[in-house]
Amino acid sequence: MTERADISRYAVRLGDDALILGHRVSEWTSRAPFLEEDLAMTNVALDYVGRARMFYQYAAELEGGDTTEDTFAYTRDARAFTNLLLCELPRGDFAHSVVRQFFYDAYALPMLQALKGSYDDRLAAIAAKAEKESTYHLRRGREWMLRLGDGTEESHARMQAAVDELWGYTHELFEVDELEERLIDSGIAADPRLFQHNWHDNVARVLTEATLSLPEADWSIRGGRTGHHTEHLGYLLAELQFMQRAYPGLKW
Amino acid sequence: MSDHMQLYEVFIRSRRGLDHKHVGSLHADDPEQALEYARDVYTRRSEGVSIWVVASKDITASQESDCESFYDPLDDKPYRHASMYEMPEGVDSL
Repeated sequence: MTERADISRYAVRLGDDALILGHRVSEWTSRAPFLEEDLAMTNVALDYVGRARMFYQYAAELEGGDTTEDTFAYTRDARAFTNLLLCELPRGDFAHSVVRQFFYDAYALPMLQALKGSYDDRLAAIAAKAEKESTYHLRRGREWMLRLGDGTEESHARMQAAVDELWGYTHELFEVDELEERLIDSGIAADPRLFQHNWHDNVARVLTEATLSLPEADWSIRGGRTGHHTEHLGYLLAELQFMQRAYPGLKW
Repeated sequence: MSDHMQLYEVFIRSRRGLDHKHVGSLHADDPEQALEYARDVYTRRSEGVSIWVVASKDITASQESDCESFYDPLDDKPYRHASMYEMPEGVDSL
């Protein structure tokens, strides 16, 4: 496999994470707890969908031919998506979405900072733009963790439930397969193993400050990078892809 | 919306060198969150380079009933107005 094809697959992965998570966040639009938070969440969703577009556009250029960003977003079935499982889980209650977002953003920020130094100029440029967004997302997320974790009895209980439920999905963030191994060796991909301890320390510190307890790491699940998804992704894609499936090539 | 949310007034400076202008208000739990919401609600189209938020309860405002005593006495003191002053060349506003 050529390096060009490797980079394309890698860019699609990063695009898939962004699109699927962005779609999940967008599900809060018009349903967030109050107006200000509704706009804030919609902004975050737009940041992620915009990020997906940048990664997909680059992948499409590498693929060549008739491939466009839409090819990746609208014409692939669940098995061809390679996003992390954490990104596709249903939005749950507000606490669930806050915790998922915090876990992911605490990973995304160092990941993008590392990717900024990629030998691939295009990936480095996308990472530099996305880093600024993620810095803001993480700041928001941290405050919500503290506010709700150390809030009322009910908010604390919901936050702890979300932390316990999502914890097993975080191991996958730091696992590297052959494709990423090759790209890390050639200085193109970010190596998440290098900041895994930092992530753990940062998350543990915020959980403690939020009076939440760190779960026992007694189970973990993976499979997103190889297309083995939870049953939730199919429903998400059914909604996301409906128009293009019903009217192929539709434009507006 | 929780009971302890407060109203904040939002002021945005659109460019360096200009004043902060009142643009609206919003609800938030604390000043830090108000600042972030101000960013999300009022600067979506690159409206600003600086934001102030002030708890609305901290603003002391004049009342409609103050008008007579506050402003009417100025009507007969035209010498205080700058309307007769000729603008120097090249100055757009003072």
